Amino acid sequence: MLYILPALAIYTVFMAYPLLDSVRLSFFGTTGNQPGTNQNNFVGFDNFIRLFTDSNYSSQYWGAFFHTWYFFFINMAVQNTLGLYFATILMNKGLRGASAYRTIIFIPATLAVLVTGYLWKLILNPQWGAVNIILEHIGLSQFAFPWLGDSRFALTAVSLVSSWQWVGMPTMMFLAGLQNIPDDLLEAGQIVGATSWQQFWHIKLPMLRPVIGIVTVLTFVANFNAFDVVYAMEDANGAPLYATDLIGTLFYRLGIAGQAPVGIPNPGVGAAVATVTFIMLAAGVALVLRLTQSERSST
Amino acid sequence: MNQLHSGSIRRQRLNVGSHIVLVIWSAVVLFPLWTMIVNSFKFKFDIYRDPFSLPLRWNFDSYASVLREGTFLIYFKNSLVVTVLSILLILVAGSVAAYSLANWRTRFSRIIYFFFIAGMMLPIKIGSIRLLQLVKALGLLNTIWSLIPVYVAMGLPIAIFVLTEFIRAIPGEITEAAVIDGATRLGVFVRVIVHLLRPALATVAIFNLVPIWNDLWFPLIFINADSQKTLILGVTRLFGQYMTDWSKILAVLTLSAIPVILLYLAMAKQFIRGLTAGAVKG
Repeated sequence: MLYILPALAIYTVFMAYPLLDSVRLSFFGTTGNQPGTNQNNFVGFDNFIRLFTDSNYSSQYWGAFFHTWYFFFINMAVQNTLGLYFATILMNKGLRGASAYRTIIFIPATLAVLVTGYLWKLILNPQWGAVNIILEHIGLSQFAFPWLGDSRFALTAVSLVSSWQWVGMPTMMFLAGLQNIPDDLLEAGQIVGATSWQQFWHIKLPMLRPVIGIVTVLTFVANFNAFDVVYAMEDANGAPLYATDLIGTLFYRLGIAGQAPVGIPNPGVGAAVATVTFIMLAAGVALVLRLTQSERSST
Repeated sequence: MNQLHSGSIRRQRLNVGSHIVLVIWSAVVLFPLWTMIVNSFKFKFDIYRDPFSLPLRWNFDSYASVLREGTFLIYFKNSLVVTVLSILLILVAGSVAAYSLANWRTRFSRIIYFFFIAGMMLPIKIGSIRLLQLVKALGLLNTIWSLIPVYVAMGLPIAIFVLTEFIRAIPGEITEAAVIDGATRLGVFVRVIVHLLRPALATVAIFNLVPIWNDLWFPLIFINADSQKTLILGVTRLFGQYMTDWSKILAVLTLSAIPVILLYLAMAKQFIRGLTAGAVKG
């Protein structure tokens, strides 16, 4: 039917084709060390080998790779755990102001990541240092660090800002999941005298498994593409000393903007980064969905 | 009786704990926003002296000079054009495609449906290198028009998912009645389906509104010319330019955040439903 053509054309040309052709592009390039890419020159796995072993790329790649996993781990541990906790207490019967709390918790998710990043950069800035002023007021001045300038703390600070911003998403999803749990199941728990912790652990948590899966997948995909938060709070180099470099920022430098000292992007190697990420995401998403969406995974 | 009584007391005590947690978190959420807004109304040096209170002397010059400078309004207008056009195209192309996918049930249509749905999980950013070359080849580089097809492609999977499911749930009798009245397929679509689809269209619009308005990545890689920058890309330039005057920086951040926050506060329910759409089935 003709009605489908406009959507199909735009989607194919501007989404499916660039995604798939990026994979093809990762097998083309120059074999030498010159920058730039000859797109007609098939080089096999050369771009991947260089990415993983060539000292110009590999230390940055593995750095970004582990930083991204760390970023993901913090977001799972802080953002999604808090989200689950908030959703659970927002479900408490007779909680006054639940909808006001819900509205507030979700506000940061409507902000641009760039704006959030800039705002926190100013707040954490040692010159002004709103956070450090508070720490001094409560007698913890020994903890007043230049958070974003110290490579020991920068990545954690960036990860926590990201968690601050997005905690509303898992909260709302878990809330929807909890509302779908049949009341008689929880009443049955009460009748046999389950404590609220037992109810949570043995009834709510297992019932939430599909939602946990979706939240994990969304966090995973978003984190492995995160760019804005580091760009705003640090820079595209993942300062200080690449301590906050993520796969997203590395991809930007290698594939699009070019990085020092060469300053010219290498689309072949950049596409190799994209391809590895693509495979990781596809495998990770498939695995998590398989583990969590047991019955009727597809319609 | 006794047991019931003690149960309700315990539940109330639990709620006290919940309130404490939620109030603390609300403060953690609101504190940066408060800091942003109150300090944007202070004078340059008052910000350092007293960062948390309301301004002792109100300063509106930061806003006036940001708005007077002119580029801010250009960025704002560019973002408005890109966002509105992208969402309109997503809604039109998406609902028309969903209508045909919902009615046309063959093996082939199922394949096309899954082809679209696969895009919900795959971030288009991964294909950026190719997209950049494509946009360049089409002569759209450095214009706001480069953004629209990308955003439309990005928004179509969720649109088709939500709208197709919605149309399938519409009882057949409703459309049959219109056909008996002599309506064509297109007539049925325009007069009956679009009308019924309104809540689903609102969900799709909101789902796309926030990421498109807030996007940094594609403007950053496609656009260099100041006259074509979107608001968020423009903010990166203004942030650097005003680095010595935080009152102005905070005014820029406030101005760029406030429209979406106000829209959100006005229709929080629809926003939360829209932004989490597709994530929780059913």
